[in-house]
Amino acid sequence: MSRRRCEEVAEGDELPGLRVRVTRAGLVRYAGASGDFNPIHWNERLAREVGLPDVIAHGMLTMALANRLVTTWVGDPGAIVECAVRFTRPVVVPDDDEGALVEFSGTVTQRREDAVVVAITARCAAQSVLGHATVTVALA
Amino acid sequence: MARQTAFLGRCYPAAGTYQVGREKIREFAEAIGDDNALYRDPSAARACGYPDVIAPPTFAIILALQAQQVVVCDPELGLDYRRVVHGSQSFTHHRPIRAGDELAATLEVEGVRTMGNNDMLTLRCQITDAAGDPVTTSRSMLVFRREDR
Repeated sequence: MSRRRCEEVAEGDELPGLRVRVTRAGLVRYAGASGDFNPIHWNERLAREVGLPDVIAHGMLTMALANRLVTTWVGDPGAIVECAVRFTRPVVVPDDDEGALVEFSGTVTQRREDAVVVAITARCAAQSVLGHATVTVALA
Repeated sequence: MARQTAFLGRCYPAAGTYQVGREKIREFAEAIGDDNALYRDPSAARACGYPDVIAPPTFAIILALQAQQVVVCDPELGLDYRRVVHGSQSFTHHRPIRAGDELAATLEVEGVRTMGNNDMLTLRCQITDAAGDPVTTSRSMLVFRREDR
């Protein structure tokens, strides 16, 4: 699993997209893995009590999926030196088998001597759910 | 808000250390659906120059969340955890986290501000290894939504 080489990459390059269905079961799994047991991510009653439309996905799960787009592209996940996102809209996850479909795309926006910056968009139900999502990748 | 402002600049030392295990990394990778071999196969990781399997880029949130508990659950701040929304997040990786690491996380309240009905706290979590060298710097902006009136 070697790291993508800098000379293979140009500004404007688009990364292969990623489509992920986020389900209630997936949220439970992520809660356990991350240690974030906030009930708004698994309990509809408590989510509604605090004014949310339904159970929402962990923002950090959406961020992790956005990074997956980049780690798959670069090969070596240790190449990620910086990543940042703003959580602009919640990903609402209904209580069914389909869950919520989140679609990620990424574009190389900057190429430096030994690193590139990838800007990511994430959309769910025709709306953007991440803002200013960027990943800085050190290349070979 | 006066209550929150008093927290600005506060630092919380590491409560203990966190031992990074191969199985925890695998569990986290599975939860985010990432099948990269470098999270699972020590020989694949070694072939890339790492001493053991490495963690996904957002794995550090486990340590940041643990470190944040002391602030988020501080009775003096009096927050309802269910009303906390994650506003933004960033990680700067000085090197990848890997199995076998013994990490410590210190926390600083870096920013406090109010916008409308929301109070925002920016928490900086510095993660260091057993040698005291920096591994990851995490910044979380948390939004505390006050009761609708």
